[in-house]
Amino acid sequence: MSTPSLPSSQAAPVISATRPFYWSVRRELWENHSIYIAPLAVAFLGLCGFVVSLIFPPKHETGLMGIDPAYHTVALAMPYSHAAMLLMITGLIVGVFYSLDALHSERRDRSILFWKSLPVSDFTTVITKAVIPMLVLPLLVFVITVVMQLIMLLLSIAALLLGGGSVATLLTQLPLFQLQFVVLYSLAVSTLWYAPIYGWLLLVSSWARRATLLWAVLPPLAISAVEWIAFHTSHFGSLLLNRLYGFAPDAYVLTMPDGSLVDPHFIPVTQLAPGRFLASPGLWIGLVLAAAFLAAAIRLRRYREPI
Amino acid sequence: MNVIEARSLRKVFGKTVALDSVELHIGEGRILGLIGPNGAGKSTALNAILGLTSYEGELKVLGRDPWSERDQLMRDVCFIADVAVLPRWLRVSQALDYVAGVHPRFDRAKAEGLLAKTSIKRASKVRELSKGMVTQLHLALVMAIDAKLLVLDEPTLGLDLLYRKQFYDSLLNEYFDRGRTIVVTTHQVEEVQHVLTDVMFINHGRIALDCSMDQFETRYQEVMVHPEHIAAARSLKPIHERQLFGRSILIFDRVDRQQLTALGEVRTPSIADLFVAVMGQASEAPAGGAGQKGAAQ
Repeated sequence: MSTPSLPSSQAAPVISATRPFYWSVRRELWENHSIYIAPLAVAFLGLCGFVVSLIFPPKHETGLMGIDPAYHTVALAMPYSHAAMLLMITGLIVGVFYSLDALHSERRDRSILFWKSLPVSDFTTVITKAVIPMLVLPLLVFVITVVMQLIMLLLSIAALLLGGGSVATLLTQLPLFQLQFVVLYSLAVSTLWYAPIYGWLLLVSSWARRATLLWAVLPPLAISAVEWIAFHTSHFGSLLLNRLYGFAPDAYVLTMPDGSLVDPHFIPVTQLAPGRFLASPGLWIGLVLAAAFLAAAIRLRRYREPI
Repeated sequence: MNVIEARSLRKVFGKTVALDSVELHIGEGRILGLIGPNGAGKSTALNAILGLTSYEGELKVLGRDPWSERDQLMRDVCFIADVAVLPRWLRVSQALDYVAGVHPRFDRAKAEGLLAKTSIKRASKVRELSKGMVTQLHLALVMAIDAKLLVLDEPTLGLDLLYRKQFYDSLLNEYFDRGRTIVVTTHQVEEVQHVLTDVMFINHGRIALDCSMDQFETRYQEVMVHPEHIAAARSLKPIHERQLFGRSILIFDRVDRQQLTALGEVRTPSIADLFVAVMGQASEAPAGGAGQKGAAQ
């Protein structure tokens, strides 16, 4: 407490609205080490792999000599993008499993009775648990990616210096900052797009008594199946698939000015389309759904007891 | 203003009536023992007071509606639920940090002082502590909160005798004062008898007895009756009779003490014995009241 509390119990010490929120986020990190351990471990493994590839370069890749100069950038960016994608996928998986357990584990271990004995509202609790996969994890993944890519760059420079290659070529041709900007953009875009998925998982975790994964996955699949059997259509199924990767056509311009397709290993900044993404109805429908799922989870937590 | 005010409080689970027209008027500075068999509605009543369950009827705790204002209410109310509910992954230091972070009335120095008297280490996780130590930790956290109402639901369940004794001693000596109110449920009735200011029996969701300990002591007498006076004693309509070592022990409600002294040794019954008497009376009420359940022990 910033000020010493007054001896009189009549005086109501004020606590700023953000403090319970801040401590609730810390609490989540105490409980769920995987939020930072998993991306760190994957980054470490990625770096190990990169070191191995520097020491024993694959036979068909003996430098940039044999490659069309037009693809130099892509070839140089490739290991960096691979590592970044690996980290983003890790973040996604951690986020999914975190959300499935977030409002379930406190009921399983009865600690919900302890949390509810403190002046923290259900709103603060649920929003905190939504902020972890939707903000904390993406930011963490971004920071770890940046650090990892810088270490990769240093390792490459060291290898080039030892092997007598041209450091200048690497530095001029590798668009590292552009890569990192695209990683940040992709993290933001995909997280916004996946918001209803996280919302749904949190809702299931506050509702289901057990088998949260099954409750999260089976109902949507069942709806698709019933639709197919009843009407021989698959609108719901394609909606679900669209929710998985549908942000790409809106968020990126997939054809390059020369008519070729964008190489996913290196997406130039010029191919990003934030305006079009923000204007896409899919994004806003998803956000409204996410808000509805979270509102339901907040309401539900009021009734929740240990299981 | 009473700390807890309930009027026709009712809670139904499916076809089971857990609470039925319960009236509570609990003033400041009281220590109320809520006594009842399993499934009597004790926990439901506490959960309603704590905003953990919805209810019908009217309920105000410190002037607030617990169901809709739980988070504000918890600034002034603390509770320890039936078994250790501290999460097993939590470190002692994290528990202190967290409660200090979210609770405006938490006095960290006081909690540290209370913990210093135990063998609990700051770096330990809850899962590494014994059951008694977890309760000590929880009690240290709660006692460092300057709350107006403390609710304890079977706080000493599963603890050994030493910890149980310590629990109530520290609660009385270091925590309780006239400005606070404590509501406690327990099966270890003998341990709280000397602690309580008020006692309430609850059975089948209804309040079977509600009186202060002062009233309790003037109202109820337990007499170990001399065999030759047994007929005379029975004519005074005892509410309960039991046999102990061949002697009859009768409990009377509102009978003149002088009259009883002539029949045998008079003393105040234990809450446990009165509980058996009142519950027996309640279940045999249609048969004429004065329950003559023999071997109730």
